[in-house]
Amino acid sequence: MNKKVAVFRSEHFNAAHRLFNPKWNDVTNEKVFGKCALPNYHGHNYELEVKITGKPDKKTGYVMDLKELSDLIKKEILSRFDHKNLNLDTKEFKDLNPTAENIAIVIYKILRPLIDKKKDLKIRLYETPRNFVEYPAN
Amino acid sequence: MVYLTRTEHFNAAHRLYNPAWSYEKNEEVFGKCANENWHGHNYDLYVTIKGIPDIDTGFLMDAKALSSLIKEHITEKLDHRNLNLDVAFMNGKMCSTENLVVGIWNELKPHLPSSVQLHCIKLYETPRIYVEYFGE
Repeated sequence: MNKKVAVFRSEHFNAAHRLFNPKWNDVTNEKVFGKCALPNYHGHNYELEVKITGKPDKKTGYVMDLKELSDLIKKEILSRFDHKNLNLDTKEFKDLNPTAENIAIVIYKILRPLIDKKKDLKIRLYETPRNFVEYPAN
Repeated sequence: MVYLTRTEHFNAAHRLYNPAWSYEKNEEVFGKCANENWHGHNYDLYVTIKGIPDIDTGFLMDAKALSSLIKEHITEKLDHRNLNLDVAFMNGKMCSTENLVVGIWNELKPHLPSSVQLHCIKLYETPRIYVEYFGE
């Protein structure tokens, strides 16, 4: 088969964070980030969708074994971020504001080298059921 | 008797940790939920009241007014907060979803009009975990 197919795996993690730019004072942070800047953190149930696009393998019929993709996401992403404070407990967001945008980019950068170069990767991350981001955008 | 439910939501950080226990015991009982730097959830709150609809309006209670009451007395206090540190009515209590619904019931009940009864507080901690409290 010569047609490209997209396959998806959904996973989820719960984490605390706050949005805060250390170069700004508290007044500016509160003006820009509102309640998201509150000092004692808040949190989310993040829903992560990983999309892999490519041609199904001739022998297996798979674009990618979704159990393998699930194991990879659990090992590389959930173990880093689940039940963590993104600002305090992760090296990835030590100097990076943990917005949904930046979390999606970070997840992409972690997974991209671990997935077949011939396959396209896209990350969709729900911060709430109503706020979600995608990376890459196209 | 008619039941009316209003749904609201809030996002908060919390941690499950019993200060009367050792760190090891907390880890054993609460696992990842005991993480000292907190974690968090998108909570979905369902408030159900019951009563007889008003003859003139057909309403049990104006759902917008119920929403405003929940926002003023509950979600304003919980949204984008740390449940362990920032919420007066959870002070000294374990911040489990079970204790949170009882706290929400006690906070909200005195503010409801006398024409309705509070029936149930249902709270989703994740899409897969929720608790209910009927005031029993």
